Amino acid sequence: MNGFTDYILPFIVVIIVGFGAIKGLNVFDIFLDGAKSGFKTVLGITPALIALIVGVNMLKNSGGLEVITNLFSPICNFFKIPEEVTPLAILSPISGSGAISMFETILKEHGPDSFVGRCASIMMGSTETTFYAITLYYGSCNIKNTRHTLPSAICADLVSFIFSSIAVKIFLY
Amino acid sequence: MMNYVWVIIIIFSFFCAIATKNMSSLSSAVISGGTEAITLVLKLTGIICFWNGLMAIAEKSGLTQIISNLLKPILKLLFPKLKDEKAKNAISMNLTANLLGLGNAATPLGLEAMKRLQENSLKKDTATDEMVRFVVLNSAALHLIPTTVALLRHEYGSENPMEILLPSIVTSLFSVITGVLMTIILRKAFKI
Repeated sequence: MNGFTDYILPFIVVIIVGFGAIKGLNVFDIFLDGAKSGFKTVLGITPALIALIVGVNMLKNSGGLEVITNLFSPICNFFKIPEEVTPLAILSPISGSGAISMFETILKEHGPDSFVGRCASIMMGSTETTFYAITLYYGSCNIKNTRHTLPSAICADLVSFIFSSIAVKIFLY
Repeated sequence: MMNYVWVIIIIFSFFCAIATKNMSSLSSAVISGGTEAITLVLKLTGIICFWNGLMAIAEKSGLTQIISNLLKPILKLLFPKLKDEKAKNAISMNLTANLLGLGNAATPLGLEAMKRLQENSLKKDTATDEMVRFVVLNSAALHLIPTTVALLRHEYGSENPMEILLPSIVTSLFSVITGVLMTIILRKAFKI
């Protein structure tokens, strides 16, 4: 398994660069142009990250994070999700930057290869900012009645939260 | 929404700090939070730029279009009533961009798809079945390569940052399937 995952990223890089070269593109120049646009993305998320890292740190240092975690521990125990990931589960449908901030906090506290760290990693890899997507997409064309979008999307999110800890047990132990 | 959430986080933290007598560490969170955010941004900048550069090559070489075409049969399954070719193309390009972890390329394509879907709908202020399914697919988006997650895992000393790939994909798949099934089940309950 370890050997296999080591291949993925190099393989993707080789395929993309190789395919571009075969097509006769100036891959290096195109890469530079694309990479430049990355700075715009980074600049775009920076203010939100500042706001949310301060927020998440305040939550952690004040003991507020523990209050939330304890509040949800009965539900987590029922679904066998580690309760330490509940703040991530709450924040990630609302804000992408909030999710990254909380994810970093979890990695710092528990380590990336712990059960909690792995569970949080899978949650991060399998969810999107649901509320943001709904607001953005419907807002863009002035749709007021979103019908069953929200309940369906929330069900999808809940499944990824619950299944992430099962996935850790199945695939990583 | 974040306007409320952020305020709640801050005020809640303040009262928690009073209750637990942790005010000095709350103060240090305020002082150091911004710096930590910039450190995180610096960590992420490299991989985001690299990935964007790589994807620019994939885009120009037609590789994204090829992947997008491969998605077409799945699209037919997910949107059986959709005839508009342009809408279909925008949807499959959007899903491809999401799959490849290109959030900012995905958004304009998604908005384009929504616009096309709206043109085909009768009641302009109400979501059609196709719109609901499309937005749910987006909100439960499948990421083939979780680069940000892998990078942060690497930074915090994971022995195998990419080990989460397969479980993440399986979890995403379950989540997407659930989302789609729910749109089918709930469709009748939320009539236009």
